[in-house]
Amino acid sequence: MSASDPLSQIFQSSARRAAPEPTWVERIPLAVWIVGFVLLIMPLIANNFWLFQVFGWTFILGMIALSLMFLAGYGGMVSLIQMSVAGMAGYAVAILGTSGMSDLSLGWPWWLHIPVAIIIAAIFGTIVGALAVRTEGIYTIMITLAIASAFFYFTRQNYEIFNGYSGFNLVVPPRLFGVDWRQPVPFYYLTLACAVLSYLAVIYVSRSPFGLALQGVRDGPRRMAALGYNVTAHRIAAYTFASVIAAVGGILLVWQNSQISPGTVGIPAVIDILVIAVVGGLRRPIGPFVGALIYVLLRTFSPDLLTGFGLSGERFKTLIGMGFLLIVFFSPDGVLGLWDRWRARQQRKRDPLRDRSTR
Amino acid sequence: MQEFFQKRPIWSGIIILVLAVFIWLVLAPWSPEMEAVLGRKRVFLNAVFGGVTLGALYFLVAAGFTLIFGLMRNVNLAHGSLYLLGGYLGFEVSERTGSWLLAFPVVFVLVGLVGIVLQNQVFRRMEGEELRQTMVTIGISVVLADLMLWSWGGQSYTIMTPDWLSGPAELPIVAGTNRDGDTVYLRYPAVRIAILIAAIVIGVLMWLILNKSRLGMLIRAGVDDRDMLAASGIRIQWVFLAVFAFGAGLAGIAGIVGGTFQSLSPGEDTRFLLASLVVVIVGGMGSIPGAAIGAVLIGLSEQLGLVYAPTYSVVVTFLIMVAVLAFRPQGLLGRTR
Repeated sequence: MSASDPLSQIFQSSARRAAPEPTWVERIPLAVWIVGFVLLIMPLIANNFWLFQVFGWTFILGMIALSLMFLAGYGGMVSLIQMSVAGMAGYAVAILGTSGMSDLSLGWPWWLHIPVAIIIAAIFGTIVGALAVRTEGIYTIMITLAIASAFFYFTRQNYEIFNGYSGFNLVVPPRLFGVDWRQPVPFYYLTLACAVLSYLAVIYVSRSPFGLALQGVRDGPRRMAALGYNVTAHRIAAYTFASVIAAVGGILLVWQNSQISPGTVGIPAVIDILVIAVVGGLRRPIGPFVGALIYVLLRTFSPDLLTGFGLSGERFKTLIGMGFLLIVFFSPDGVLGLWDRWRARQQRKRDPLRDRSTR
Repeated sequence: MQEFFQKRPIWSGIIILVLAVFIWLVLAPWSPEMEAVLGRKRVFLNAVFGGVTLGALYFLVAAGFTLIFGLMRNVNLAHGSLYLLGGYLGFEVSERTGSWLLAFPVVFVLVGLVGIVLQNQVFRRMEGEELRQTMVTIGISVVLADLMLWSWGGQSYTIMTPDWLSGPAELPIVAGTNRDGDTVYLRYPAVRIAILIAAIVIGVLMWLILNKSRLGMLIRAGVDDRDMLAASGIRIQWVFLAVFAFGAGLAGIAGIVGGTFQSLSPGEDTRFLLASLVVVIVGGMGSIPGAAIGAVLIGLSEQLGLVYAPTYSVVVTFLIMVAVLAFRPQGLLGRTR
C-alpha cells in the first residue's frame, strides 16, 4: 500500500501512462476483497446476536437506504417514500403469505407471494414516483413525506386489509431446502446475499445507458430533454428500480422482526432511512451500508454508552440526532465525504513527487 | 378574482355551485328523506364545524410555514416541533399562573425567540441550500422531539379552558327538530368558536399587514425579488428575522390552541408538520390565502371523512393532494416561478 514501496510505484506509474486516473481505483479491489472475506467468514468470528441483530439489520436498512441513495445520488430526487415501499412489500408478504392473523392472510405459497409482493411494492413506488416527479427539489421531499405519512395513518386506521394498530405477527420466511432462514447464520447469509446483489445491481445500473442518462437528467434535465431523452420516464423508471430494492429490504425486515405494524412505516422510521443514507453519504452505493452500520451500532449500544456517562439510556435519539446534525453541518456528503477528504489530504501530504511525475 | 372568472368561467361556475350546495346543506333544515340518505344533520353539522375549527388550527400552523417559505425559501421541517414546544410552554404558563390568555403572549415571544435563533444560527449559514436546510431541520426536530419527551414525558396534556369559554354556545343554525316539532339549534363548544374567530382575525390581520403596511410591502417585495430588495438598501436580514420570529411565534400560539381543544403528546409535532405540509402543497407555497383555503379543505375532508368513511379518511386527504398535484402542481393559489 505505501507509496514508498518501489514495486507499487512502478506499477502506479505504468498504469498512469495507460489510463489518466488509475491509482486508487486499483487499490479498491484489495479493500473489497478484504471486506468480502471478512463478511463471508463473519459467522466464525461473531456470535448470533451480532449476526442477526447487528449485521442482518445493517444489511436490511442499508438496502432500503441504498434505494434512496440511488434516487438521490444518481437521480437527484430525495425521496422519503422508500421506507413505505419497503413496508408495503412487508405488508404484502404478510397478507398474501402466512401470518399469525390467519383470517386475514391468504396463505399463498412462497414462490407466488414473494414475487407478487415485490411487484405490488414496485407498482406503489412507481405511482408515488409518477406523482413526485411532477415537482422538483424540496417539493419532492415534502410530497413523498406527506404520502409516506398518509400510508402510515392509513395502515393504522384500516383494519380490513392492514389489520390496523396491531398489524401482523408471526410472519416468517418459508422453509426452503430444509433450512430455517430465521436462524442467525442462514439469515446472515440471506441478507448478505441480498445486500450484495442489490449493491451490484445499483452499480451495474448506474453504469448502464439508463443510469448514465439518469445522471444526465440529474445534472441538466433541459439539455437531456433537448437531446431527445424522456426526462419524466427516466425519473419514474428510477423510482421503479429503487422500489424493487426497497421491497426486497422490506421483506427481509419483516422476516427479521417476524412482524409488521404501522410503526414499521412510521415517520421516525422514514426519517431514519434518510438519516442513514445522508450520514453514510449519497455519492456512492457503499455509503448507505456504512451509514446503516453506524446507525445500528449507535442504536444498539448507545443506551449502554449513555448510561456509562451517567445519562438516561433512553436519550439515544438525541445522540443520533446530534450526530446527524454534526454530519450535515460539517460534511454534507456524509462519512464517505469525510473519508475522501481525509484520504486526499493524506495523499497530498505523503508524496509530493507524484504531481511532478504526471506533468 | 374577476380575472379568474373571465379566464375560467366553467371552473368558477362549478366552484360557486359546490359552495352553494354546501351552504344550503349547512343552513337549510333537512327533510326526513334527506336524513334517511345522508344521516342525521346534527352529525353532519358537527363534522363540518369540527372540520372548520381544525382548519383554523391548521391555518395557524401552516401560515407561518408558508410565509417563511415564501419569503426566505427556507424549508423549516422543525415547524411541527415549534408547535409542540409552544403547546408545552403554554401548558406550563397556564398551569403556573392560572391564566390562559397570558400564555399566548409569553409563548409567542418565547417560541419567536427560538425562531430567531434558528434563522440566525442555522438558516443564515445555509442560504439557498434547500436540501441541507431540510436535513438540518429534520435533525433539529428529532433532537427537539427527544428533549421534549425527556422533560414532559410520554403522557398527553390538555390545557384547561378558562371558565368564561367553557361550555357550549348556541348557534343560529338549525340542527334538526325534536320530538315536539320545535327546531333545535346547533350547540357547539364556545372555545372552538373563539378559536375559529381568533384564526379568522389573525388571518385578516396578516392579510392587512402584508397588503397595506410598509413591512408588508417589504415582505412582498422580498418574495418577488430578494436581491433587488437588498440592493435597494433594505436590511433584508432584519426582515427575515422578523418574519421567521412571527411565523415561529404563530406556530407556538397554535400549539396552545391545539393543546386546548385537542391534546399535546409526543408525535403531535410530526402530525402538525405533515398537516401543514399538505395544507401548503394544496394551497400553494408562500400564499397566505392559499394556506387558508388549503387548511379549511383539509380540515373539512378529515372530519367529514372520519364521520362518513372512518377507515379511509386519510385517503380522502391524500386524494385531494394527489388531485391538486396532478392538475395544479404549484398548488391552488400558488404561482409558477
